[in-house]
Amino acid sequence: MNVLNFMQSFFNDGSHWHGYDGIPQRVWEHLQYTAGALGIAAAIGLPVGLVTGHTGRGGDVLAFLSAGARALPTFGLLVLMFVWLGLGIVPVMIPLVVLAIPPILITTYEAIRTVDPSPVDAARGMGMPEARILFQVEVPAALPLILSGLRSATIQIVSTATIAAYVSLGGVGRYILDGLYQHNYEKVAGGAALTALLALLVLVLFWAVGRVAVSPGVRRRRAA
Amino acid sequence: MNGFFHIPSAIQNSYGSLIVLHLEEALLPVLAGLLLALPIGLLCVHYDWLYAPVLWTSTVLYAIPSIAFFVVLIDYTGLSRLTVMIPLCLYSLVVLVPAVVDGVRSVPEETNAAASAMGIGLVRRYFQVQLPIAVPAILAGLRVAVASSISLVSVGALIGNQGAFGNLLTYAQLYRLPRLAVTSVVTTAVLAIVIDALLVLLRRVLTPWQPPSGRAAAGRSGATSGDSPARTAEGAS
Repeated sequence: MNVLNFMQSFFNDGSHWHGYDGIPQRVWEHLQYTAGALGIAAAIGLPVGLVTGHTGRGGDVLAFLSAGARALPTFGLLVLMFVWLGLGIVPVMIPLVVLAIPPILITTYEAIRTVDPSPVDAARGMGMPEARILFQVEVPAALPLILSGLRSATIQIVSTATIAAYVSLGGVGRYILDGLYQHNYEKVAGGAALTALLALLVLVLFWAVGRVAVSPGVRRRRAA
Repeated sequence: MNGFFHIPSAIQNSYGSLIVLHLEEALLPVLAGLLLALPIGLLCVHYDWLYAPVLWTSTVLYAIPSIAFFVVLIDYTGLSRLTVMIPLCLYSLVVLVPAVVDGVRSVPEETNAAASAMGIGLVRRYFQVQLPIAVPAILAGLRVAVASSISLVSVGALIGNQGAFGNLLTYAQLYRLPRLAVTSVVTTAVLAIVIDALLVLLRRVLTPWQPPSGRAAAGRSGATSGDSPARTAEGAS
């Protein structure tokens, strides 16, 4: 038996497609965890990255903080929070947010900081206030990089949100852990395939957002 | 901190031997990943068209949760440390290959031309000229890979106590002993920070020509690409 056979029989089993333990329900839960964690991480990482990137200060502090956040073991944090806080969504959100902040924060900071300084100087010379310089000059030019930071954070969340199942929550990870405990490798392979599919979906989604949101001029210059 | 270092006998290891075990399980895969990333990087730099597919494959591999990887591998490698180390090696490749390729690509064209003019062949140029210049970028990637590897070893606890300090987490739940989880998380984090500091030190030793702070040099291509393995997929496509 190989992994592909397992996947095929998982997806062909009609009972996996509806009800409380059905694929739509689990995928929906997974998307909720992902969106929640990404939202919180972006709400913290983006503003801080934008402001520090704009002023160009605090890079060392950011590097230090993100190295610290990376050092925290995600799985360990999950179990610790679960033991402390009990069953609920918060013990799952904390490790996911800690996981997602460093890539968002550092990439946003680097993206804004490395924007070509001449248009920024031109905008300043024309009397643009700092906030407008940031949002109308720097952010559009830095958008491809900022999006790539968000994208890699999202992929990490999608993949890691599977551990929510370990503390009795749902999501696609349910199949992987149930399969592990029941020695049912179909479920494990199916859960892994669903996670990879969700990650591909994220890639496509970010590609589409990039097509729509990134100005054609910036896109051309990056392609060149 | 009372009993911080006290490990239940069910773990079958003392605190000290858990540290050795954890570092072995985390660092050997990254080392193997680095040894693999160097030739893959050479190929990607030399054959440009190879880079995009390599990046897309590795991004999808990266998205497969570690626990699923472990469970699928049990069939082939059994309940052993190898089962934990193979996925970790693959994950480290996802970070290291872009770091190597971006680092080597940022080597100035004049340097490459000078090396060629001196009659240095392609492979020798890669190892003796380009890689030393790319050290800051590669080490930035190495830092990310090592940190995530040290963190992921803990997940090995789920497949029968193969997670070194992660095994404490299972018992923290089993015996309702939060202090075991604290020991596990704090020790893992400290290990990651210590190794990270050693890598920063290593960069200073390997690149004596750089200013000690090194941020300006390492930050540009290295830190960002290391942080976001998927990023360069866009640049290459």
